Amino acid sequence: MDGSIGTKQTIDLAKAPLRELNQDLHRQTDGSNDKVWEVLNPMGFHSIAVGIDAPIEVEIRGNVGYYCAGMNKKAYVTVHGSAGPGVAENMMSGTVRIKGDASQYAGATGRGGLLVIEGNASSRCGVSMKGIDIVVKGNIGHMSAFMAQSGHLVVLGDAGDALGDSIYEAKLFVRGKVKSLGADCIEKEMRPEHHEALGKLLEKAGITDVKTSEFKRYGSARKLYNFNIDNADAY
Amino acid sequence: MCGIVGLFLKDKALEPQLGALTAEMLATMCERGPDSAGFAIYGTAEKGKFKVTVQSPNPDVDFKGLDAAVAKAVGSKVSFVQKSTHAILSVPEDKVEEAKAAIREGFPSVRIMATGASVEIYKEVGYPTEVAKRFDLAKMTGTHAIGHTRMATESAVTTMGSHPFSTGADQCLVHNGSLSNHNNLRRELKHDGMTFETQNDSEVAAAYLTWRMNQGSNLGEALTKSLDDLDGFFTFVVGTKDGFGVIRDPIACKPAVMAETDQYVAFGSEYRALANLPGIENAKVWEPEPATVYFWER
Repeated sequence: MDGSIGTKQTIDLAKAPLRELNQDLHRQTDGSNDKVWEVLNPMGFHSIAVGIDAPIEVEIRGNVGYYCAGMNKKAYVTVHGSAGPGVAENMMSGTVRIKGDASQYAGATGRGGLLVIEGNASSRCGVSMKGIDIVVKGNIGHMSAFMAQSGHLVVLGDAGDALGDSIYEAKLFVRGKVKSLGADCIEKEMRPEHHEALGKLLEKAGITDVKTSEFKRYGSARKLYNFNIDNADAY
Repeated sequence: MCGIVGLFLKDKALEPQLGALTAEMLATMCERGPDSAGFAIYGTAEKGKFKVTVQSPNPDVDFKGLDAAVAKAVGSKVSFVQKSTHAILSVPEDKVEEAKAAIREGFPSVRIMATGASVEIYKEVGYPTEVAKRFDLAKMTGTHAIGHTRMATESAVTTMGSHPFSTGADQCLVHNGSLSNHNNLRRELKHDGMTFETQNDSEVAAAYLTWRMNQGSNLGEALTKSLDDLDGFFTFVVGTKDGFGVIRDPIACKPAVMAETDQYVAFGSEYRALANLPGIENAKVWEPEPATVYFWER
C-alpha cells in the first residue's frame, strides 16, 4: 500500500468513540485523501475497523477484541498487538496483518484477500474459508480449515487436532507437525504448481527465510463431498 | 455468554488494590452477563478463625439475633460484619459446623454462601457494576479474587444461581459454558454425601472438584480428572486458599485470555478485562490451551 501520498488521521479510542472511528472509515472511498489511519488505545474493543471498503491503510497500536477488520475490502489493516476471536471474518479483499497472536476462528468464511498472523492462531482458524489466503507464522489450533472450500492456509509451525475436517477444495500447507487430520483430509503430493503457489504466498506475506520444500500439502480426499453411487441405498 | 475475571497477586504491594482492580475488571464484562454478578475475595486470614459468609433477601429481619445465636452455639464471642444483603461471621475454626447448624436450624431463610479461613463470597441479581457497588468491592483487599457476570442458561436468575459457587472450605468456582451431564453427576455426588443448594450445572462442577479434593487430589489433579467426567462446554476459574486454577474443555468455544507479570496472574473472558491492569503492556499475554490445566499456588 502506498501510504505516503495523502494525509494521516490519528484516532485515540481512549478519547473518541469507536462508533465514530468506524463511521469515518466507512466514509472512505477509492479516491479518499485520508490514506492512513492510526488507531491508538484499542483496549481490546470489539469490531474495530470492520466493514472498510476503500484502499486505505489502518494501523492499530495495541490489542483488539472480537471481529477486528471483519468484511474488509481493499484496506490494509495492521494490528500491532494480538487479536480476539473472529479477526478478518468474511474478509473480501485487501490485507490484514496481526503482529501478535489471533484467537479462535481467524479468517473464518473469508472470500478473498490475505490474512497474515505473525504469532499463533488458536482453534478453528480458516473455518469455512471460501477464497481467502491465510499465512500463520506460528502454530494453529484444533479444527482449523473445517469445511474449507477454497483459498490457501499456510502454517509455518504446527497444526492441532482434526486439521481440514470435511474439507472441500482449499489447499493447506503445513511446515511443522500435524497432530491429526480430520475426516476426508489427506496429505497430498507437492507438485511444481504447488511449490509455485506457496512461494508466491510466502512472498506476499513477506516471509523470506523458509523454503517451499519444507512444507507438506494437505487437501480433500474427495470421498465425503462427492456422491458415491455405491452408497445410494443409505439415503 | 457470561464473563469471568480473576486476579491472583504475587506482589504484596498490590494487595490493598485487589478490590479496586477486580471491580474495574468486572465492569468491563457487564455486557457478557448483565443479569447477575458475584465475586469471591480471599482476604486476610485470622489465626484460629473461620469466616462464614451468609446472605438473606431481607437482612434487616433475618439477621436479627443471628450473631447472638451463633455465639451461643459456638460458646464464644463472634464478630458480625454486614454488607448489604450479606454478612461475614467470624467463628472459631473448630466450631464451624456448630455455627452452620445454628444458622440452618434457627434462621431457615438465611443462606450460607461460603466458609473458609480467608474466602468471602458476595453475589446478587443485578447489573454487575451495581452489584460491585452495593458490596463496596473497590475497597476490599486481599491476595486473590475471582468475579463473574452471568447470562443465565441452565437455571433461573436468582441469587443462589449466581456465581461463584463454593462447595468446600475456601473453595470457589466460576463457569462460562453449560454442562450436559450435570443431573447424573449430581445424583452420583449426592450418593457420596455431597449436598446441593440449587439445580445449577456450575454448582455440580464445583461440588465435583470438592469431592475429588476430599478424596486426596490437589486442585490441579481434580481439574485434570474433570476433563474425563464433565460433559459440555466450560471455562472454569477456581480458587482455593492459596491457589488459582484455570481449565477449558477440549473444544474450547468459551473465550479466555490470561496475562502474567512479576506482580500477578490475571484471567479475563476477553482482553478488555485485562487492558487496565498495571504493567499490562509488558505482560505475557496468551490464550490458555484447550484441555490444559493452569494452576498457581503461593
